[in-house]
Amino acid sequence: MAEIALETHGLTMRFGGVVAADRVDFKLEARELRCLIGPNGAGKSTFFKCITGLQSPSEGEVYMRGIETTGWMPHRIASLGVGIKTQTPNVLDSLSVHENIWLAARRFHGSREADRKTREVIELLDLGAISRNGLGRLAHGERQRVELGLVAVGDPWLILLDEPAAGLGAGDVERLTGIIHELNRQAALVIVEHDMQFIRSIAETVTVFHQGKVLMEDHVESVMSDPVVRNVYLGRKA
Amino acid sequence: MPGDLTRDAITITLVTGVLIWVLPLIVGTYTLTVLAIYGMLGLSLGLVWGFGGILCFGQAAFFGLGAYAYAIFAINIGESTVPMILAVLVPAVFAAFLGALMFYGRLGDVYLGVITLVVTLILFKVINSTAGPQYVIGNARLGGFNGIPGFPTLNVPGIPDAYIWGDRYFQVCAVLLGLVCMLVTALLRSSFGRIAVGIRENETRMSLMGYDVRARKTAMFAIGAAIAGLAGGLFANWAEIVTPNLFSLGQSAEIIIWCIVGGLGTRLGPVLGAAGLAYLKFLLGQQAVVDNALVTGLVLVLFVLFLPKGVVPALSALWRAGAGRRPRGRVRQRRRPPRRERLNG
Repeated sequence: MAEIALETHGLTMRFGGVVAADRVDFKLEARELRCLIGPNGAGKSTFFKCITGLQSPSEGEVYMRGIETTGWMPHRIASLGVGIKTQTPNVLDSLSVHENIWLAARRFHGSREADRKTREVIELLDLGAISRNGLGRLAHGERQRVELGLVAVGDPWLILLDEPAAGLGAGDVERLTGIIHELNRQAALVIVEHDMQFIRSIAETVTVFHQGKVLMEDHVESVMSDPVVRNVYLGRKA
Repeated sequence: MPGDLTRDAITITLVTGVLIWVLPLIVGTYTLTVLAIYGMLGLSLGLVWGFGGILCFGQAAFFGLGAYAYAIFAINIGESTVPMILAVLVPAVFAAFLGALMFYGRLGDVYLGVITLVVTLILFKVINSTAGPQYVIGNARLGGFNGIPGFPTLNVPGIPDAYIWGDRYFQVCAVLLGLVCMLVTALLRSSFGRIAVGIRENETRMSLMGYDVRARKTAMFAIGAAIAGLAGGLFANWAEIVTPNLFSLGQSAEIIIWCIVGGLGTRLGPVLGAAGLAYLKFLLGQQAVVDNALVTGLVLVLFVLFLPKGVVPALSALWRAGAGRRPRGRVRQRRRPPRRERLNG
């Protein structure tokens, strides 16, 4: 059996009377790529926040590589080698691209090694021309790419991305697809996403959330063609 | 960037040296001493607020604690070296404790301001109400609102009879200010400093990178308090008396105004802001036509309206605009942000 990168048992999150995530059992193998989809309010983002430590679940457990991380602070989870990108771009606006990525690299490496890793990632993500520019002055697509750089530079074995394709143009999405495949060679990925085109191009297995629960979990094509899924999610969009 | 650090150290040494030599020709050393001390106090908040992103309304509390720690220990010990060290350590430990309480409690910025303000007020009230003879620490009477006078002032380390005063004391303060500037420069160039600036920019991102924001902010807060405490100890030596007014809200507000006027996010700004405004206050104190606080308030308002980033950033922007027109060797160099920004980031 392959190693399990991420596992949750009965993960539940309540906000007052609302159950945003309801007894979610989730399992992700090493170097697996999984997309989470579902209509608005299905609990994807809550689930995402519970596993990244941004919120502490009401019930249930989270395991990463067999270590229980339930209720850990985000910095402890990140220190395990987990790369996280939140829904809204979370970058250091008045600092340069280079400094942004260097700070991420410095967490896991000495100062000099961080310099080297930073150059490597800047090259990989084709950010060389703007590496000295402040993040605040960059276009949305570039900022998203820098944030992926922040995630990639730590050599994570588990990457959690919340809507990485949101607001990107076609060219940027294509580039993002390439980057994600590159990252997937080392790491397992969980991607919360709305963009169906994008999901088709990267995913194999898709988990569908609906009303806080896992509705189904299957190959992307069978999920897309499933009538129930079409009803709760795709149907409404069409 | 060790090369840059050496260059900065040389610059600071030269500037300090020249100023120690030139300034006494214009202004009396007694006034200059307190300007240097205020410069150091301004720098302490400039570091914590401008680079650490922690707006502390109670920097005066650490200043006052440093001064009181010096006075109390100087009376009990009878010489100045150990009390001076304690003037740095006592506020630092106090700030580490207070900071841990606030940052581990995940307090928001506003509450942080409120708590630091209230702590300053509490210290002011407590010290103010210690007038009775029963309030003693060792041989030192706290003296309430009268403060503590008559403690031994600074002496050459190891020789309690060789007092340092007058011009010599000014030189000591100026050199210490230079050293603190160098320390702050080194700190900001180090990984710790760069990470602190990252935390100022975006705490969530830094914690998602795996940094323990709480611990790092606490450390930064304590370092700022240590510098303020050193300034406090030096101030006690200059004034030869410590009073509860050191903890006053007016003092705290002034430090913040120094930083705003001088320029946040720079090292030089708070030092210049402190020295400039304190000197202005000194000049205004010699006349009775306009009220001091009125002018300070006016200066603040004018700066917020017309120069919100402060003197130093405005000047460096002007300098850059002038220098930018000159042709450069490589195109890439021009893309590189100017030095000040790189320091920030």
